[in-house]
Amino acid sequence: MTRGHHDLGGRPAGSVPREEHVLSPWEKEVDAIRNLLGDKKRRLMTSDELRLGIESLSEAEYNTLAYYDRWIESILTTMERKGVLTRDEFARKVAAVQTRPEHLKEGA
Amino acid sequence: MAPHDGHDHDHAHGHGEQHGQPHPHRPIQEDLSYRTESAVRARALKELLIEKGIITADEVRRQIEIVDARGPHMGARVVARAWCDPEYKKRLLTTPNAACAELGIDLGETHLFVVENTATVHNMIVCTLCSCYPKTLLGIPPDWYKSFAYRSRAVREPRTVLAEFGTSLPDDVEVRVHDSTADLRYLVLPRRPEGTEGWSEERLAAIISRDSMIGATLVRPDA
Repeated sequence: MTRGHHDLGGRPAGSVPREEHVLSPWEKEVDAIRNLLGDKKRRLMTSDELRLGIESLSEAEYNTLAYYDRWIESILTTMERKGVLTRDEFARKVAAVQTRPEHLKEGA
Repeated sequence: MAPHDGHDHDHAHGHGEQHGQPHPHRPIQEDLSYRTESAVRARALKELLIEKGIITADEVRRQIEIVDARGPHMGARVVARAWCDPEYKKRLLTTPNAACAELGIDLGETHLFVVENTATVHNMIVCTLCSCYPKTLLGIPPDWYKSFAYRSRAVREPRTVLAEFGTSLPDDVEVRVHDSTADLRYLVLPRRPEGTEGWSEERLAAIISRDSMIGATLVRPDA
């Protein structure tokens, strides 16, 4: 069995980084969205599906995306598979948010 | 909020700018986090799911409040009770979910397992595959717990990793490393430090740090 690139136990690595950061509003929102998608009301995404989506990322993506960026990718993959949304719709929405002048001023 | 070990004073549960006053010598700055590509994508995801009628903005806000209310102070209450009440400790070790519920802490669907540090055994928690953590008891895991370096090395050279946290153990203490999964998450029951005899649960809870409940540090009475 090929070892997944997420399977880090025992691999050589440098010292443990001790810097910590307060979660940004967008990180809290991604965390909240995943919780909501998995709650009893929706049951659209289990934590196993979250992990599957993260572990299915390419090694390059896995190693370069930030923690909650990996979550966004996994949520998108899972929601597309379940017919909730498409990547095309998402790309259009990203473009719309980017060109919206007020997004630069929003704090939360 | 329980204070933490003395090695890092500037972290997620400490004195971040979101909680404190703006620094008097620095001009007040806008939160720039929403200008990043990641934040734009997060915003797009949220809006799309709202438009689809899957979630509402109010549900997201409420969910953030629930997560923000959780933290190491909850685990510290559980540990302090276990230190003071031997019968409670037995229940915590045998039926942890029910023992937490006794203190009003609902672990949800988390399957918790409590490992006790003793004079001869030190326990330490990691998730080599991802970042599994008892979030409903300790809150969001710290960045270092999610780091590739901790996940890689904790199972191979735990004593070296512990030394980086300023934790040194006698050679005859066995170090047990527990690798969490989504279905089984761990809490370390740290050792009660000497010199805390007769302390109230509340006073004890105040010295029980987050990192001691992951097994990265020991509880110190002067914390």
